[in-house]
Amino acid sequence: MSNAHDPGAELLIPADTPVHRLAPQCKVAATLLFVLAVALTPRDVFWPYAWYLVLVAALATVAQLPPLVLLRRLVIEVPFLLFVLALPFLGEPPDVDLLGVGLSVVGLQAATAITLKATFGLLATGVLAATTPLPEIITGLERLRVPRLFTAVAGFMVRYTEVLLSELARLRTARACRGGDTRWLWQARDIAGSVGALFVRSFERGERVHLAMASRGYTGTMPDALRGAAAGRQAWAGALAVPLLAALATVGAVVA
Amino acid sequence: MHIPDGFVTAPLAATGAAVAVAGLAVCTRQAGRQSTERQLPLAGLAAAFFLVLQAPIIPVAGGTSGHLLGGTLAVALLGPWLGPVVITVVTVVQALFTGAGGLSVLGVNLVNLALVPAVVGYPVLLGLRRLLSAVHGRSTHTSTAIASGVAATVSVVTASVLFTAEYAVGGAAGVPLRTVAISTIGVYAVVAVFEGIVTALVVRALLALRADLVRVAPGHPGPENQGTERLL
Repeated sequence: MSNAHDPGAELLIPADTPVHRLAPQCKVAATLLFVLAVALTPRDVFWPYAWYLVLVAALATVAQLPPLVLLRRLVIEVPFLLFVLALPFLGEPPDVDLLGVGLSVVGLQAATAITLKATFGLLATGVLAATTPLPEIITGLERLRVPRLFTAVAGFMVRYTEVLLSELARLRTARACRGGDTRWLWQARDIAGSVGALFVRSFERGERVHLAMASRGYTGTMPDALRGAAAGRQAWAGALAVPLLAALATVGAVVA
Repeated sequence: MHIPDGFVTAPLAATGAAVAVAGLAVCTRQAGRQSTERQLPLAGLAAAFFLVLQAPIIPVAGGTSGHLLGGTLAVALLGPWLGPVVITVVTVVQALFTGAGGLSVLGVNLVNLALVPAVVGYPVLLGLRRLLSAVHGRSTHTSTAIASGVAATVSVVTASVLFTAEYAVGGAAGVPLRTVAISTIGVYAVVAVFEGIVTALVVRALLALRADLVRVAPGHPGPENQGTERLL
């Protein structure tokens, strides 16, 4: 099972829609600006989120994305957000009484706002990842003038993640065969040894990949054919309309 | 340690972004001057490595979970310029695709996770290595690994103290500073010890297997000797 040539494919939902066809640099910029607009929503105002939801839903409809697939993606935020459950208990007074438990109003607001903002961040990047292959996202970043050092490292990271995961699976199988068990702290040395071996093995494979690339003429930049094209004014206007509409609600919330 | 959106105020987020951009600009320029095209695969591999290993692995009481931050391991492997670049790439990808850490507070997160190991961890590592080699008479793999581990612990504790200070200046989660200080520094003191042990063991294992991949290895020739073509 190898999809080393197609990283990020499990997030991609192929279709032929205007959103899929849009130049990646426009989509990346629009996503970043949309998430920024959501993030700047004041903590104690909640109506703008309904408007953001309308925008995301409209985009998902145009891109023919099944809503369930987008929603399932939200599961990954759960471990990162568990701590917000503590905020209503730790927050400053005034408290509201809920079933006999005093909950901080500020803490409740903060917990809700943090969860909503993370959720819309994931929904927006979910639409991006579902309509744009990962290599194209990196070309898009390059076109947005992100320094080449960063895009080159990101490009190698994308290619090596699959190598690393398959190498990790092999190491795990081998360790299980030898009766290894990594549940306990005194086996930290064993884990560190595996991590070191994983790194070296993957690097040696990566080294061979790099030599193969170098012998085909790789000098640190991708061939022009793989670097995408400049986007037209119309593409930019269409893409930036979405964050602009979102920003209207954000500004409205700040002013009101 | 990945601060979510809405946890700190906008001015603090903007300040963090400014500091992160300035610091990373220095790193990019220095990395471009010192590294060669050959180091790119190693940097990319290290990035993939941290992405895979940064799944939350240490459950800590109170619903939070700690995981390896890896910043000091990155500077030990790649040096103080390329290391932060790698952690930055990982942090941005996590913020974009896994919801770990908010996009609007990315700058603050980058200062804590990517720049602290280079500014604090790396000097501590080099200083300790010199101290230990003065005691032993020569620099060994074990003393390098110990120095890396202690440096990792110091940078994680520094990052948690720095985060508490940032919250004191511009916190917006409605939680009293005292609670944040106690829970953050307390939890990350445990994470820091674990991080130190794992960093030391991984550096030790790598030194035994392929010392040329570790920038702080005793007698490492430095990237200047590995190739002639410049990175950028």
